[in-house]
Amino acid sequence: MVLQNIWVIPAITASSFVLILLFGRRLPNKGAEFGLMALTMTFALASIGAAQWVGRPADLEVEPASTIKSAEAHDEEGGDEDHGNKSDKGHAGEGAKEHAGEGAKEHAEEQDEGGHGAEGTVAEAGEGDEDHGGGHEAEPIRRPVDRRWAWFQTGDVKVQAGTHADGLAMAMLFVVSLISLLVHVFSFSYMHGDERFTHYYAALSLFTTGMFVLVTASNTLQALFGWELMGLCSFMLIGHWWDRDGNKNSSAALKAFFTTRTGDVGLLVGISILFFAAGQTFDIETTNRAALTGQIGSGVLLAAAAALLVAVIGKSAQFPLHTWLPDAMAGPTPVSALIHAATMVVAGVYLVARLYGVFWVAFDIGGGGINPVAVVGAVTILIAAALAFVQADIKKVLAYSTVSQLGFMIMALGVGAWTAGIFHLFTHAFFKACLFLGAGSISHSGSHHSFDMVKDMGGLKDKMPWTFRTFLVATAALAGVPPLAGFWSKDEILLGAGKNGYGLFMVVGLIGAFMTAAYMTRCVYLTFFGEPRGAAAHHHPHESPPLIVVPLQVLAVLSVFAGLLNAPFFGELFGKWTSNSTVLGAGIAHHEFSLVAAALSIAVAFGGIATGYAYYWKGFRVGSLRHDRGPTGMLYRLLVRKYYLDDLYEGFIVRGIREPVARAAYWTNQKVIDAVVNGAGIAARGIARFVYEIIDQRGIDAAVNGAGIASSETGGLLRYIQTGRVQQYAALMLGAAGVFALALALL
Amino acid sequence: MYLMQFLVLAAFLFCVGVYGVLVRKNAVLVLMSIELILNSVNINLVALGVYRGYDQAIVGQVFSLFVIAVAAAEVGIGLAIVLLIYRNRASIDLSEVDLMKG
Repeated sequence: MVLQNIWVIPAITASSFVLILLFGRRLPNKGAEFGLMALTMTFALASIGAAQWVGRPADLEVEPASTIKSAEAHDEEGGDEDHGNKSDKGHAGEGAKEHAGEGAKEHAEEQDEGGHGAEGTVAEAGEGDEDHGGGHEAEPIRRPVDRRWAWFQTGDVKVQAGTHADGLAMAMLFVVSLISLLVHVFSFSYMHGDERFTHYYAALSLFTTGMFVLVTASNTLQALFGWELMGLCSFMLIGHWWDRDGNKNSSAALKAFFTTRTGDVGLLVGISILFFAAGQTFDIETTNRAALTGQIGSGVLLAAAAALLVAVIGKSAQFPLHTWLPDAMAGPTPVSALIHAATMVVAGVYLVARLYGVFWVAFDIGGGGINPVAVVGAVTILIAAALAFVQADIKKVLAYSTVSQLGFMIMALGVGAWTAGIFHLFTHAFFKACLFLGAGSISHSGSHHSFDMVKDMGGLKDKMPWTFRTFLVATAALAGVPPLAGFWSKDEILLGAGKNGYGLFMVVGLIGAFMTAAYMTRCVYLTFFGEPRGAAAHHHPHESPPLIVVPLQVLAVLSVFAGLLNAPFFGELFGKWTSNSTVLGAGIAHHEFSLVAAALSIAVAFGGIATGYAYYWKGFRVGSLRHDRGPTGMLYRLLVRKYYLDDLYEGFIVRGIREPVARAAYWTNQKVIDAVVNGAGIAARGIARFVYEIIDQRGIDAAVNGAGIASSETGGLLRYIQTGRVQQYAALMLGAAGVFALALALL
Repeated sequence: MYLMQFLVLAAFLFCVGVYGVLVRKNAVLVLMSIELILNSVNINLVALGVYRGYDQAIVGQVFSLFVIAVAAAEVGIGLAIVLLIYRNRASIDLSEVDLMKG
């Protein structure tokens, strides 16, 4: 069974990393063969695992947590356990600990069966069946496959490492391994002849490993490990060409690293809080269950969720820490595809989806109205989509598009549309990877390594037919044209927002979808239509080699069909496959496909495309934005300056910290360190003189010479005894023996 | 007990041997003196072995057999050395063999 042994998947890519580093340079393909082999294997394993997951019987029934609570309340009336009084913090804390202890035991018992501890709560809840009037018919779900190993023990706390295979993890494994495999194939041609080719492939392997570790982790500590591994690798890959273009690339890498690191502090804090709140366990399932059943005090839970949200904002490039992602375009294009589609930035979304119980309860997502997760997502959708309009660099358009789409995912999770959020993650991976690799193909063969749409592209439609077709398909999918992938997932998000009482966010989503369609139309126009400009005109653009085009075609096909997985007339399979006990425990409402909502989102998508078409093809313009002195011009300049956020971060925060620190450091340097250094120098010279004249010359030299002279004299004296005559030696021996014998006799 | 007689005989032989080793110039005679020393020790071993009790006498006898075997080897090597010295120098006067003089 693959599901029990999914630890193999990260292990394969990790060993590929080691092998590439050790032997990569000596091989004919510079180590790429290890990467390709490893990713082929992991993709095969992930596919088999996903198939096995789908084939598992759905026999686990989970009741919503509200029912569990009421059932517990029944028990407590008769029982002597006193943890009903949740407002009393001391009691609540004890209760949480007891419960977590029970949970751990259940885990231990059920480990062998391959099941997990949800059964215990189900049994508890059994009596309260009739109470629940929520009307959510909880369908049975597939039982996740857990595997645990003892990791370490400090005091009484035993920490287990383990893998947790469920629908979400398998879907992520499938996407990540597929995208990473295609990126490996693409890179083989794209990065051909690069001076650090071997290191590039090694870092790709490690990067993928990081995501695999995060996705398969059964506890937050392992997740943190994968999370940080990706942070490190993104730094290495974004800065892959650190020696080109001055220090632009290396500072982009640093920016990415530091910005995500700012968020990572939140992750560490959040994990620590949850560790103690959930009864000294890092286990994600236990944590979710503790949060859902109200065993964690609301204040503690809110603090933990807020800290985790900061981490998500940093990693998933949400407002206001989104600034690193467009700069991360300094890395090679396939890396951008990998970062944006399958790994790194979706890690934040995955974290929210995985620890959904915590977010659900802490921010009262089920309650409707307004909450921080949804707000962060919604703000990000709009500001990033607006920024995408003014970019000249095709990769930056795609980068802001990614930020905006990540906003959609976060917002979906924030409004309680869990399935829609991760389904959007799933479909987005395909078309966004296709778009990025398409941009890579264009720069590789079409625009002579330039990414500037305004200066170096245009009219590439006929020169690069396959790149054009795949790019167009992916664009349509991203814009939400039915029946392509993006339509289904985006529609579900909007539907979820509307039905769960988040009307405002549905409007934001519609505006975002409109803007998405419009800026992608602009991007397609500038790249493929119109007159060829710059490099596209002068450097003989041609279609890319097959190794580049084939991944594009694969991704384009998936962009078309992936959405059908959760389409209503195919039984919304994706939702059934990924559903887990946390989602059902939270009692997330499931909404039927709505024709009105679908019509609305189709209208918005086509409206956006039509606007772009009218603006660029037909030339309907309201004057030149660039030179307008009015409000539109101001808006334009605001967007070009990226809301002055970079100026804020670099000019205000970074300089505000850097300059006083630099001054203080200079002062310290001059007055303290120099004085110390000079003083040390003078003192050292004095000591050295003393050492030389007194100790060295008179002491050590005398001793050495003395020893020499003494041994020479002694040798001269001893010469007289060493006559070379054996009998004399024997006589001496006899004399000595006689002396010893005498001494022995006398004493 | 006759032990004392044996010990006196052994001591006498030992002294003769030592005298021979230290004083004689002829290498062959030196080797013979060494044999005397070893044989005096053998007498001691056998005598003291019997002295410990008749049932234990075998210990001293075996020990002396070992000494005899080693002595045979020693004489073999010693005579070979003497032979080579004679070939090189046409003399076996030990007082002339002082190449190791410091």
